[in-house]
Amino acid sequence: MLDPSPRELTQNPLRKIWLPCRNGHIVQRRVCMTNCPTLIVTVGLPARGKTYISKKLTRYLNWIGVSTKEFNVGQYRRECMKIYKSFEFFSPDNEEGLKVRRQCAMAALNDVREYLSVKGGHVAVFDATNTTRERRATIVKFAEQNGFKVFFVESLCDDKDIIAQNIVQVKLGSPDYIHCNTEEAIEDFMNRIKCYESSYQSLDEILDRDLSYIKIMDVGRRYLVNRVLDHIQSRIVYYLMNIHITPRSIYLCRHGESDLNIKGRIGGDSGLSARGKEFARRLRKFIQEQNIKDLKVWTSQMKRAIQTAECLGVPYEQWKTLNEIDAGVCEEMMYEEIQEHYPLEFALRDQDKYRYRYPKGESYEDLVQRLEPVIMELERQENVLVICHQAVMRCLLAYFLDKTAEELPYLKCSLHTVLKLTPVAYEVESVFLGVDAVNTHRDKPEVRKHKCLSIDMKS
Amino acid sequence: MSNTQRDNGSATSAEAKKTDPRMNEKKCSWASYMTNSPTVIVMIGLPARGKTYMSKKLTRYLNWIGVPTKVFNLGVYRREAVKAYKSYDFFRHDNEEAMKIRKQCALVALHDVKSYLTEEEGQIAVFDATNTTRERRDLIQAFVKENAFKVFFVESVCDDPDVIAANILEVKVSSPDYPERHRERVMDDFLKRIECYKVTYQPLDPDDYDKELSFIKVMNVGRRFLVNRVQDYIQSKIVYYLMNIHVHSHSIYLCRHGESNHNVEGRIGGDSELSPQGKQFAHALRDFIEEHKLSDLKVWTSQLRRTIQTAEELGVPYEQWKILNEIDAGVCEEMTYEMIQKTFPEEFALRDKDKYHYRYPGGESYQDLVQRLEPVIMELEGQGNVLVICHQAVMRCLLAYFLDKSAEDLPYMKCPLHTVLKLTPVAYGCKVEMFYLNVEAVNTHRDRPLGKIPRDSDLIHRRNSYTPLSSHDQVKRPRLYSAGNQPWLPLAPTPTALMPEGRPSQESLCEGIDFDSSEVNTGCVRF
Repeated sequence: MLDPSPRELTQNPLRKIWLPCRNGHIVQRRVCMTNCPTLIVTVGLPARGKTYISKKLTRYLNWIGVSTKEFNVGQYRRECMKIYKSFEFFSPDNEEGLKVRRQCAMAALNDVREYLSVKGGHVAVFDATNTTRERRATIVKFAEQNGFKVFFVESLCDDKDIIAQNIVQVKLGSPDYIHCNTEEAIEDFMNRIKCYESSYQSLDEILDRDLSYIKIMDVGRRYLVNRVLDHIQSRIVYYLMNIHITPRSIYLCRHGESDLNIKGRIGGDSGLSARGKEFARRLRKFIQEQNIKDLKVWTSQMKRAIQTAECLGVPYEQWKTLNEIDAGVCEEMMYEEIQEHYPLEFALRDQDKYRYRYPKGESYEDLVQRLEPVIMELERQENVLVICHQAVMRCLLAYFLDKTAEELPYLKCSLHTVLKLTPVAYEVESVFLGVDAVNTHRDKPEVRKHKCLSIDMKS
Repeated sequence: MSNTQRDNGSATSAEAKKTDPRMNEKKCSWASYMTNSPTVIVMIGLPARGKTYMSKKLTRYLNWIGVPTKVFNLGVYRREAVKAYKSYDFFRHDNEEAMKIRKQCALVALHDVKSYLTEEEGQIAVFDATNTTRERRDLIQAFVKENAFKVFFVESVCDDPDVIAANILEVKVSSPDYPERHRERVMDDFLKRIECYKVTYQPLDPDDYDKELSFIKVMNVGRRFLVNRVQDYIQSKIVYYLMNIHVHSHSIYLCRHGESNHNVEGRIGGDSELSPQGKQFAHALRDFIEEHKLSDLKVWTSQLRRTIQTAEELGVPYEQWKILNEIDAGVCEEMTYEMIQKTFPEEFALRDKDKYHYRYPGGESYQDLVQRLEPVIMELEGQGNVLVICHQAVMRCLLAYFLDKSAEDLPYMKCPLHTVLKLTPVAYGCKVEMFYLNVEAVNTHRDRPLGKIPRDSDLIHRRNSYTPLSSHDQVKRPRLYSAGNQPWLPLAPTPTALMPEGRPSQESLCEGIDFDSSEVNTGCVRF
């Protein structure tokens, strides 16, 4: 039915988004990427990287704004069983074991249902072996009953070295093996895998032709993709096809201190100060010392970042999309000036720094959308140094360290400090290069009660 | 962008690459920096499997995002060599005479590929042929290795007889091979032609023979894909693109917001409201949608007031995209062109020199806009019927993608207010219908300035870039022959013969209809 009465537009003061309203009330309109929730189901023998993929995918989807949560059945089992004795638990003849495992799967699915139907989640990742057709059929039925779409992610790997490496890296530290030595743990785990092997039914070209899935083979050397149904599945496939597990390091830093930094002004396109130039020189020394293989260097297209990169004496790529957040009318102002000239804007920003959009500028939320291709390419690459800006670096860091939208705008990204990220383990090493610089960080202010600032945060 | 010779046809080309200034140059084009070596995309598949469709679409997309790409269709070369096609007998695998000719054509085509990639600043060449035998593919691989190119195979496998029959009717019946266009006879001969290829068809074998190759196998029009050993960024983008395109029928409607208050004042940018005429247009748009009975129409707007106000009148749900916002004119926002010329005369002149690459100070360029709009294009490919209510520069970029316009033409495309363009994919291209909704509006179009403006070095490059080429450029290029070899094919090919599948050149199709002219067209334009 077509809506008869005309609606006025009113701009949400925080997000600067125009919304229709009638009689002064904002008329809600839900716009989301996924129409119905999606259930991602992992498939594969133990030590095939299912949990690695689940966690990474969950982190990525949350970062781009799709509420996602993973449900690891192994954890449910550990809660239920309290103590892990041996691989015998997983033996296909162990009736008791089978019962417990089925219960755990059901409990997890229940939580999935609550997350997707009640709590408003968009995507749930059901992380378990799901190696039999029977188990998968149960899940498909469950999804159909609840109106969820299902997408399977199967990981196949026969490379003994990779499997051994997985076990050493991840399983030895598991709570299951806390009381075992290394040899015992490995032997037990190999036996555990054997328990699943006999009943393993891989996704089949004919029998499973109506399912939507991706088969990842040999850690990404080859993919088989079947019946991608919608946009979110297509994005998931693209992401999964771009990630890899080759060890590498990502270095994040800001440009050297700039002239506007010294003046305490935000934004703009100024050049490096004397200290900033010193930092650039130290940065060059630093990366030479690190002796990084095939390092790629990326910068934004702002003078201060390019000047920093120039000093390194190596080829670099400029990305406009790495430019600092656009502060719109507040460009080149000091925070004091903003508070004086735009007190409402200043207050709004402190209320919800992630979603707050500068007038005629951007928000952190906009920044994340803009930076998504950078993240995708960082996933594809190996050793990279990204010379960027405070807000940009916060967004990138939040992706790697799985920070929420609330935490993101307050992450500490000081000048003249290089962060070295080693993915897989997600260790962060912070290296201060010994050149003083101004502090550009503003902490989250304490909550002050203002009656007049009642903004509906959800609109 | 300098282009040193990379072709010395030996292993030392790898050495040469290390000192190639192009490698050390600060490549700023966001899409093109990823490809260091040029890539040859090799299509594989029986006839009527959509190879040419995919080749052309992929080429159009890659050129639009700034990666110079060109299609080399073997059928065109064959039609050159063998003036009159008689029957499917030519394609029998035991027809030695014909086999010789076909192989020679392949060699000439590969030679042209080499020229394009080494001398003409091409980045990607799409070799569109059946390439169904291992022998042929080994030949191509040797060629690629010799020239230090990368290679990526795209195989299309389809066993659905309905799809194949539909393909034949859609594109083969009008091929120059069948001038009489008698449907049954074409169908009959073409099916026999396919049988000739089937005898020797060796599909890619991912488990053994071809497991080291980089390729994507597209099965049954995209229901299923097998992807093997993607090497780099551009291959990953190609895979993503091929996985998102569809062949089902849908229409995309593009229009601008209704006339705004700023439009009336001649101001650019800003975030003003609709003028009374603009509101009228919104009503007319609502009637238009009702008239056309568009089921499940998705409506997209930008986050600027004028598009949202337009959409509000339609009374249907719509989605706001920030990336559909109009080009950011930076310091020139909300000025009139006269004011810009007065306040920033240099900037004003620079913009006319190279409107595509020119970036407003503190703002954007058309090139930036293309990068920004790429996710929109990807989504449009995957959707059904969509109405996009956007802005002049944005609409030009989107239109340039669908109509394969070059960077030179893009910023001067006519996108008047109060006019809806309906785009429907047809055969290898796109049909455009223009609907002027009969509500007056100001004209916001600025024509290309007259006279040849020299593209010299004082143009401030806020960044370097490739100039995208549109794929229909290729018909104008003369073909090169290997040094020392006498060209055994006639020297001056006729334009029609060079067009893949003998489709008449786009020039003649548009006879009498000038898309960029100053009169508003209401006719149907077939591109």
